[in-house]
Amino acid sequence: MNTVLKPFQLLGQSALVSVRKLGRAHLFILHVLTGLPGILARLHLLIVQMYSVGVLSILLIMISGLFVGMVLGLQGYYVLSDFGAEESLGVMVAASLVRELGPVVTALLFAGRAGSALTAEIGLMKATEQLSGMEMMAVDPVKRIIAPRFFAGAVSMPLLAALFSIIGVLGGYFVGVGLLGVDEGAFRSQMQANIDFDEDIVNGVIKSVVFGAVVTWIAVFEGYDAVPTSEGVSRATTRSVVYSAFAVLGCDFVLTALMFGKD
Amino acid sequence: MHSKTIEVWVGIFVALGLASLFLLAMKVSNLSEFETGAEGYRITARFQNVGSLRARAAVSMGGVRIGRVTTVSFDKGSYEAVVEMRIDRQYDTLPSDTSASILTAGLLGEQYVGLTPGGSDDYLGEGGQIELTQSALVLEEVISRFLFNKAEGEGKSEDKSGKGK
Amino acid sequence: MTFQPSDTPALVSIRGLSFSRSGRKIFDKIDLDIPRGKITAIMGPSGTGKTTLLKLIGGQLRPDSGTVRVDGINVHRLGLDELYALRKRMGMLFQSGALLTDLSVYENVAFPLREHTRLPESMIRTLVLMKLEAVGLRGARDLMPAQLSGGMARRVALARAIVLDPMMIMYDEPFTGQDPISMGVLVQLIHDLNHGLGLTSIVVSHDVQETASIADYVYLISDGKVVGRGTPAEVAQSDSPWIRQFMDGLPDGPVHFHYPSKDYASDLLGFVAN
Repeated sequence: MNTVLKPFQLLGQSALVSVRKLGRAHLFILHVLTGLPGILARLHLLIVQMYSVGVLSILLIMISGLFVGMVLGLQGYYVLSDFGAEESLGVMVAASLVRELGPVVTALLFAGRAGSALTAEIGLMKATEQLSGMEMMAVDPVKRIIAPRFFAGAVSMPLLAALFSIIGVLGGYFVGVGLLGVDEGAFRSQMQANIDFDEDIVNGVIKSVVFGAVVTWIAVFEGYDAVPTSEGVSRATTRSVVYSAFAVLGCDFVLTALMFGKD
Repeated sequence: MHSKTIEVWVGIFVALGLASLFLLAMKVSNLSEFETGAEGYRITARFQNVGSLRARAAVSMGGVRIGRVTTVSFDKGSYEAVVEMRIDRQYDTLPSDTSASILTAGLLGEQYVGLTPGGSDDYLGEGGQIELTQSALVLEEVISRFLFNKAEGEGKSEDKSGKGK
Repeated sequence: MTFQPSDTPALVSIRGLSFSRSGRKIFDKIDLDIPRGKITAIMGPSGTGKTTLLKLIGGQLRPDSGTVRVDGINVHRLGLDELYALRKRMGMLFQSGALLTDLSVYENVAFPLREHTRLPESMIRTLVLMKLEAVGLRGARDLMPAQLSGGMARRVALARAIVLDPMMIMYDEPFTGQDPISMGVLVQLIHDLNHGLGLTSIVVSHDVQETASIADYVYLISDGKVVGRGTPAEVAQSDSPWIRQFMDGLPDGPVHFHYPSKDYASDLLGFVAN
C-alpha cells in the first residue's frame, strides 16, 4: 500500500516545498522594497551596483543587438521580397525589436550574465557567513546588500533594452539599405509612419521594466535562499537563470496579450 | 576601482540608455508627427461600411497625409458608421463638398480615408461634416458580384446560341 | 513584564532554554549565567551546538522554550529595530572571521562606523587605526581579506568587533586550526581586551588548554545539558566521567567512540549468511 501512496506523498511534499518557497520569495521582495528610502539616501550603493550589473553588460547587449538586428534585416528581406514588400523592411525590423526582441532577448541575456553573477555573489556571501556577520553587526543585509542590487537591476534593464533595440535597428538598416539595396527613404519613412510611440515604444519599455524587476528578483532571492555550500550555490545559480527564462517568456506572453491584442 | 571612475561609467551608461530611448521615440516611432497633428480641427463623415478602418488610421488627400482618424463609432438611430477625423490645422481649405472614401493602402495594407476635393467655395471647419462618402469595398461582395455577373453573362450567350439553332 | 535591574552580576542569563533542530534536541532546559567583566568559556565536544548557543544569545535563532536575557533585556521579545540596537552593543567573532571580501582590512573595520554613526572621516580613521593597533595589524590596513592568513583574518574581525566599544564579545571557536604562535597571539588578545576594555567575553571552544588558561569560569556542555561548571581549577579536579573524558581527551567514555550501530559480528556476517 505504501509503495502506491509514495509517489503522491512525494508530489504533495514537493508541492508544499514549492509553495513555501514562493511565500518566502514574496516576503523577501517586500523586505527588499522597504530598503528603497535607504537607497535614495545612499545613492552611492546603487551606483556601484549599476556599474557591475549595467555597465558591464553593455558590450554584450550591443553586440547581440547588432547581430539580431542584422539577422532580422536579412531574414525580413527574404520574406518580404516574396510579396514585393521590401520597402516595409524598416517597419518589420523596428516593430520586432521594439515590441518583442528588445525586451525579451535583453532580459534573457541579462539573466545569464548579470543575474547568475548576482546569485553566485549573494550565495557565496551567505556561505562564508558574511550575511550572518552583518546581522550580528546590526546591519540588515537585505537592505544593505540585496536592495541596492535589486534596484540596480530593475533600473538597468530598460536602459539596456532600449540600447539593444536602437542598435538592432541600425543593424537592420545596415543590412537592408546598405547591403541589400532597400530604399533608404522607404526604410525610414515607413518605419516612422507605422511604429507608434504609445503602442510600441511605451509598451516595449513597460515590458523591459517588468522583466528587469522579475529577473533581478529571482536572481537575488535564489542567492539569498541558497544552501550555503559550494554545491548549493552552484545549483542556485543554475536555477536563477532557468527560472528567469521561464518567467520572462511567461510574462512576455501575458503582457503581449494585454498590450497588443486587437480591441 | 576608484569610485569616481565608477560614477562616470554609470553616468555614461544611463546617458546611453536614455539617448537610445530618445532616438527610438523620435526617429523610429511616429512621435514627431504626432505632436504637430495634435492641434487641428475635427470633421466627421458617415459611411455604410467602414471595413477595417481603425482609430489612428491616416486621412489623406492626393496621397498626402493631412490628418488622422480619431474615433470610429456607430449611430444606432440611422444605422450608419460615424468616423471622426482630426485634420492638421494648416490644411484649412477643404471645400465643403469634399468626398471621402475608404481605401486600402497597397494590396494587403491597412485601410485609410482618402479625401477628394469638390468645387465649393465654402471651406470645412471645426465640426464640419462630409456629405459624400463611399464605403469600403468588402471583398466578399465584390467577388459575389463578379461571379453573379459572370454567370449572367454566360446565361445570355447560351440563350443567344440556343435561339440561333 | 518585570525588568531586572541592569547591574545584575550576570550580563547574560539563560533560563530553561530548549532548542531542537531537525528533530534533534540540541539544548534541554539549560541554565547559564555569564558574569560581567569576566571571560567565560563554553566547552564541549563538537556538534553539541555551542555555536547555536551564541546565535540564540544574539537573537539570530529562536528557542523552543526558555528565556535569554542580555543586560536584563529578554532578547526574543524585542522588535527588529530594538534587536538591532542591542546587537550594536554585542560584538561577535565568527569562526572564519566573516570579513566582507570586497572591502580592504581598513574598510572592513570601518564598516560598523560607517553604517551606524555619522562620524567624520578623520575620526573614523583614528578609531580604525587604534583598533587595528590593538590587534597588531595597523600595517596591514590596505590588504584585502583574500591576502590574509586565517589567523590574521580573525584578528581583523576582532578589531571590527570592538570598533563600536561593545559591552560583550562572543568568540566562536577562535583557536580552531591555528598554529601555536597565532594561538598564543589570540589568547593574549582576548585576555588583554577583556581586562583592558572591561568587556565581558564568551569563548566557545573545544581547545581545553588554551581556553582554560584565560577563562575565569567554565561551562561544559554535552548532549544538550550542562555537565560541568566552575572555575578552571574546580573543573580540572572534578570526578565526573564526562568532565574527565573531555578534559583529559580520552577517546572513549560517556561520549562513545562508536556511533550507535548493530552488533559487529552479525553485521560482518550478515550479507554472507543472508
